[in-house]
Amino acid sequence: MQTKTALPAPPVFESWGRYPRHRADVVPLYWMSDFPLSTQPEDAVPGSMLPVGMGRSYGDSCLLEGGTLLAARGLDRFIAFNPATGLLRSEAGVTLAEILDFAVPRGWFLPVTPGTKFVTIGGAIANDIHGKNHHVAGTFGCHVPRFELVRSNGQRYECTATENQSFYEATIGGLGLTGLITWAEVQLRPIVSRKIKQDSIKFTGLEEFFALSRESQHMEYTVAWIDCVSTGKNFARGIFMRGDHSEQPEELKPSAKPKLTMPVDLPAFLMNKATIGAFNSAYYAKQFAKRKAGPVDYEPFFYPLDSVLHWNRAYGKQGLLQFQNVMPWEPGEYQEGFTQLLKAITASGLGSFLAVIKIFGDVRSPGMMSFPAPGPMIALDFPVRGERSFDLTEKLADITAAYGGKMYPAKDARMAPRHFQQFYPQWQEFARYIDPAFSSAFWQRVTAVA
Amino acid sequence: MPDRWSYPPKRILVLGATSAIATAVMRQLVSPSVHFFLIARSREKLTAVAQDLLVRGALRVDMIVGDLNETNAHPQMLAVATSQLGAIDLALLAHGVLGDQVTAEQDYVAAEHILITNLLSPISLLTWLGNYCESQGRGTLAVISSVAGDRGRKSNYVYGSSKAGLDAFLSGLRNRCDRAGVQVLTIKPGFVATPMTAHIAKNRLFATPEQVACGILKAIRARRDVVYVPWFWRPIMIIIRAIPERIFKARDL
Repeated sequence: MQTKTALPAPPVFESWGRYPRHRADVVPLYWMSDFPLSTQPEDAVPGSMLPVGMGRSYGDSCLLEGGTLLAARGLDRFIAFNPATGLLRSEAGVTLAEILDFAVPRGWFLPVTPGTKFVTIGGAIANDIHGKNHHVAGTFGCHVPRFELVRSNGQRYECTATENQSFYEATIGGLGLTGLITWAEVQLRPIVSRKIKQDSIKFTGLEEFFALSRESQHMEYTVAWIDCVSTGKNFARGIFMRGDHSEQPEELKPSAKPKLTMPVDLPAFLMNKATIGAFNSAYYAKQFAKRKAGPVDYEPFFYPLDSVLHWNRAYGKQGLLQFQNVMPWEPGEYQEGFTQLLKAITASGLGSFLAVIKIFGDVRSPGMMSFPAPGPMIALDFPVRGERSFDLTEKLADITAAYGGKMYPAKDARMAPRHFQQFYPQWQEFARYIDPAFSSAFWQRVTAVA
Repeated sequence: MPDRWSYPPKRILVLGATSAIATAVMRQLVSPSVHFFLIARSREKLTAVAQDLLVRGALRVDMIVGDLNETNAHPQMLAVATSQLGAIDLALLAHGVLGDQVTAEQDYVAAEHILITNLLSPISLLTWLGNYCESQGRGTLAVISSVAGDRGRKSNYVYGSSKAGLDAFLSGLRNRCDRAGVQVLTIKPGFVATPMTAHIAKNRLFATPEQVACGILKAIRARRDVVYVPWFWRPIMIIIRAIPERIFKARDL
């Protein structure tokens, strides 16, 4: 059925934070041969295209003002799988959820997974994502031995650590700017059970968190939820979670589909100091014992928020801001920069429902612009409350800069050019590999001349 | 006849196998005991679909690259397919074009093209397949039609008439083959988010190919005759059909 009469304007492609908003045409790609586009002129307008996947980046790295978003989600086919080695080749629009549905019943798991499984392989490479096992496994890009990159001039590059090495390194963490990733290989890891042997421990204060992290280095997954609202004796209290894949063989059933969805935007005033404070206290109090251990399914362990589709609508129409940074280790026990950061957040009263801290390890990513670096990292979200929120993110960026840390482009909507260029001094070297026809709202913002 | 109405089907012929709805149906049916035979125009796309099914665990995937508008080639294609498959549990006809109504209004050749792809080609295939299934005394012929066939509207009546003709043909074929144990399923999707509708702005009425595939499989399993997918199109179309022509003709639909 078709309607040719006056069509309503297509909806704006939104990032996960729904802030900022930009309008671009969306052209869906269904086949690897769909790009370069048949309608694309020989010399496409510079900076007029950007590939996008599930739109799970929070800020504007998956947005473009004007121009064309190449929606690659339709490239969703598997190409080859070696059941002996666990090497999977698939088109770049395949999601991690689809890989899990396929791989888990066959005894394989993702080598690295973020806090949502609703991201595409292309997006995972472009943001060089990380997970709770960064301290042992490094980033996602460390497990992608080969992919194809197609440039807007039609040139196709098969990239590995030794073939087309520069494009390989620039594309991992390259924010989709180096061309379209059409397919990629991912090295999966074996499992015998869906279960994670989880251990969660309450802590108070960063020193206790650092000690728990050190003590848990041998475990595959570590992360901590931290209360970003409480001050005084409750400052920096949280729950440290660690786990390993269960070694007890068990039936590897596929996952159920998510049933809950946030159907509408909640009014923004629901996210206030009182509700966020109450949530943080309740979350901390939910676990009564100092320590709780036991096997849990991997779904709630890795993807607690995926069970509610569109949870970002809880922040209302204004959307949310994410902040994520990593700070380098300071000599000695006391981590002044990280502590200051946390104090600035609690003092702002803008708080956050879910603030997460973790220690990044020193496994090197092949990605030129990759975000993770050794040291403590924090990730949290704020409701967008105009200047108050922007002042806070700027303050946090200043602290990050003062202590030699860096921020994560995939989570950013506000970073100033001076900050970005300090965090990523290799940005000009990287810019040489950007496809001339490609750009993003993020890239235009952080490379703008002051 | 224990295996006559067996579900799920194991020997599956798919015409227009690179269509998004066909892909979604095949992914839900794939298992280590399923043998697919695929026919579509583009070798490259067909290979991508076949590889995907093999990785997902299909027993075997064979294919012929061919243009289904060339009805002369149908008997030979279908003879090859059935000899490879050994028998047909399910044949899914998924090829079709939306066409451009505005062009088709001015240019009969454009209208004819829509009718060849959506009506004459399926009739040719179903003539052969109807006889084949009738003689094997079993099998499901599942054919993708459209809600657009329920009533001609000015915005797509050439497409709509191709589907209306198809509906009538399927109804007759069902009437003939039911007694031989053959299921003829008329599938009537509404708006589906596929490459065919990529240029149309999406609204709440749009379904995903996966939702449509679920509806199709349920209907095959229940041996239904006609299925609207998603289900809400049935009441919508009852209302649309009930509008008197005197009123309908003056509307912009």
